[in-house]
Amino acid sequence: MRSICFYFQVHQPFRLKTYRFFDIGTDHYYFDEYRNRYIMRRIADKCYLPMNNLLLNLIKEYGSAFKVSFSLSGTVIDQFEKYAPDVLDSFVALAETGCVEFIAETYSHSLSALKSKGEFLRQVEAQKAKVIKYFHKAPTTFRNTELIYSDGIGEMVAEMGFKTILTEGAKHILGWKSPNYMYCNAINPKLKVLLKNFMLSDDIAFRFSQQSWDGWPVTSEKYVGWLNSVDPAQETINLFMDYETFGEHQWKETGVFDFMKALPGQVFANSKYTFNTPSELSEKMQPVAEIHVPFPISWADEERDLTAWLGNELQDDAFKHLYELEYIVKNTADEDIQLDWKYLQTSDHFYYMCTKWFSDGDVHKYFNPYNTPYEAYINYMNVLSDFIIRIKDQHPVNYVEKAVEPQPEVVKELKEKAPKKAAVKAKTTEKPKDVAKPNGTKRAKITMNHILKLNKTTMRSLAKEINALTFYYALADADHKVKKAVTLHLGRLQLKEFNSYSWANLPVQESDTIEAQKIVLLKLEEYL
Amino acid sequence: MKVLMFGWEFPPHITGGLGTACFGLTKGLLKHGVEVLFVVPKAYGDESEEAVRLLNASDVSIDFNSTVYQDYWKQLTYIEIGSNLVPYLGPEEFEKMIAKQEFDKSESETSVFSKSYSFSGKYGTNLMEEVTRYALVASAIANSQQFDIIHAHDWLTYPAGIAAKKISGKPLVVHMHATEFDRSGDNINQNVYDIERKGMEAADAVITVSNYTRDIVINRYGISPDKVFTVHNAVEPTESGEAMTISRNVSEKVVTFLGRITFQKGPDYFVEAAYKVIQMDKNVRFVMAGSGDMMYKMIRRVAQLHISPYFHFTGFLQGEDVDKMFALSDVYVMPSVSEPFGISPLEAMRSNVPVVISKQSGVSEVLKYALKIDFWDIDAMADAIYGLLHYDGLQDMFRKYGRAEVDSLKWENAANHVKEVYNIVLNQK
Repeated sequence: MRSICFYFQVHQPFRLKTYRFFDIGTDHYYFDEYRNRYIMRRIADKCYLPMNNLLLNLIKEYGSAFKVSFSLSGTVIDQFEKYAPDVLDSFVALAETGCVEFIAETYSHSLSALKSKGEFLRQVEAQKAKVIKYFHKAPTTFRNTELIYSDGIGEMVAEMGFKTILTEGAKHILGWKSPNYMYCNAINPKLKVLLKNFMLSDDIAFRFSQQSWDGWPVTSEKYVGWLNSVDPAQETINLFMDYETFGEHQWKETGVFDFMKALPGQVFANSKYTFNTPSELSEKMQPVAEIHVPFPISWADEERDLTAWLGNELQDDAFKHLYELEYIVKNTADEDIQLDWKYLQTSDHFYYMCTKWFSDGDVHKYFNPYNTPYEAYINYMNVLSDFIIRIKDQHPVNYVEKAVEPQPEVVKELKEKAPKKAAVKAKTTEKPKDVAKPNGTKRAKITMNHILKLNKTTMRSLAKEINALTFYYALADADHKVKKAVTLHLGRLQLKEFNSYSWANLPVQESDTIEAQKIVLLKLEEYL
Repeated sequence: MKVLMFGWEFPPHITGGLGTACFGLTKGLLKHGVEVLFVVPKAYGDESEEAVRLLNASDVSIDFNSTVYQDYWKQLTYIEIGSNLVPYLGPEEFEKMIAKQEFDKSESETSVFSKSYSFSGKYGTNLMEEVTRYALVASAIANSQQFDIIHAHDWLTYPAGIAAKKISGKPLVVHMHATEFDRSGDNINQNVYDIERKGMEAADAVITVSNYTRDIVINRYGISPDKVFTVHNAVEPTESGEAMTISRNVSEKVVTFLGRITFQKGPDYFVEAAYKVIQMDKNVRFVMAGSGDMMYKMIRRVAQLHISPYFHFTGFLQGEDVDKMFALSDVYVMPSVSEPFGISPLEAMRSNVPVVISKQSGVSEVLKYALKIDFWDIDAMADAIYGLLHYDGLQDMFRKYGRAEVDSLKWENAANHVKEVYNIVLNQK
């Protein structure tokens, strides 16, 4: 028995409205209500509703022999709730048949897996909760935004307890290998990896209505013929595509609905294929090999890499500024801020800033509300500027710049006492040369390296008196030994917090480090 | 292939974009093996002698600093016609200019095509007259020279081109560097418009410097689209990559407008956008460099808006001052209402200054690394300026790729397109 595994990506972003710089600080609603509603309604009527209905009828007709799988981003579910509850109902109806698997992904279809483990976890948990809320089943299969995958991402996903992950069967990863087998993650072999067969997927998703293509027109007979021509030893054909393929990218007039309606019947009549969901495949199939993906791949464009979302100056700058806020947003209780933060992470915003299609932008213009990547960038940065102001206003204490600012009296004390004390010490003890070097701070004698001189007990007491964030900043430019000495003696919660900063790569200004070191050194002096 | 070209000033007597374009294009054509008979009006020089002097390149006192081109110049024949025609002048300005000079007044003529003139060697006293006289001289040249095709730049030389075509029977290509609508908005000079239209109607092909101009030619002059071709202008490569280092006198960011302060250049939109930016960000200075008939109005408007502490007028800038201005700028804005091409953003980009340009310009068709806005969309213009000043991603990207993009716009390529147009025209015969 061989399998066909259909997986459909369902996602819509919350597109931003035209947000001018003079709106910054005055207007805190960022989204284009009209456009988002209009597009959602249009796609609902052209794609989601008729296609869900078609699938439901197929399932009724063929019973449990016909199966498909979906991933719905949290943002698209939010949009269903707001603009198209009828679509949500039709998905629930599909879920109730038991023939449809719902897959986990990031809440806002974000790129968080590439930047912050903490945020990635939070997003996946949030989306999982949404899936459970509506479809009453916890997903065991994961697929990352736009099928972005690397060994490292796979490892995180395995850690979260998922059994299977979907990704692209990219040529440069597979080489001579076939995507039509089960593979596993190179770091954690427990995680099974299903790869998209991009030839047969794109025959439907992209080439279906392309009259210049010699495969046109695609009929279910012809398509089953192609399926049958695949080497019989190969186990599964993974057909992954945007759900909007049906009725939106390929219009109804192209016959794509008729094709899908006829396909299962043709498959059952003229081939030995069955339809299966990813989790079924995961149970019945064993991996044939590890798949090595050291650098992230995706299903986008010819390159199958990340350059549609990241890599040019605009995208990288916006991405950097966005994730600098992670720590503060994480610690705020304000739900509006939390939600906006999620929506701002949606990968589509970065997709709009792509400059790759200066030459042939036709396909991408269709999805893009902006005329140029520059407009996309400026608009996004205007919004982000306002978002930062909101955080600063509402949570001054948590804002990074303020987070490490020591109490004024401490600084004053520090300034008065420190030079004198240091002078006295300098007379009494000779310092080794390497220790005497100023280390990121202007205070001459005592340096961070002195931490190494503390014994276990004093080190622990020192660790208790200083919070994790201050340590994180203070150790930003410290060498490995010092870092290790400190982290070894941190309390459990402190260490957890400290690690969350390191994983998130929370950015550190030089001034942050200097200020934080002042605090640490002041304490250190007491202990020495 | 040999071209009889009615062009404009050559170095060192260059006063503006038209001369630069003719020079660059001729150079490019020579490189592609096209021979050029170059005819220019020459207002200075010895009037008592023969008005038409036929010169070989070796006899012309032009400073060709580049030896690379020496070989090509042998294909060039340079002809000067004694004439006080100068580019960029409308009939009114020409009359003002002539009034200051003491020339014999001879009969004036309203239609350029109706009457023949005896060639007196004296300049005409109004522009139309002089254009006609120039055409007569042109026909004399056409009669005595061998060539395959005629190429006329800008409306002042169109009658000459038509005359040459009539005498020789050779095909005519006219080159639209600007239309009367660009120069005057909707209040066009009917005589100039007529000459432009007749020139294009008589021509076998029309070359426009942008698609923007092509649309005007087709829609407002009623020229058949089949014979209108766009050849975008190019720029001369810069000699050295050395950027001017200038110590800045102000700590604020500087946003610059540089050009004639006239209706065509859209200075009023720049002022309004400046006002919007200054409302949000006081850490910016705006500079309007140039002069023109709208300057006082602009100064009044700036005062009215109370933004004068942040808004500066420099007056007309030239030569090194222009480079200095670019070196001081963080953003360059060209909000032109109608710009057939527009070379100044390219100069800014060469100095690593990011640019905001209006979509109503020809140059916007060839640039990728520039922000493009509608001239009337003050909000978008302000937003673009603010974005360039505050968000590093754009600055980084434009600095990185802008200069290379400008340097890739070569006259050699433009000349190749022109040669293709010649071939099309010659094959029709």
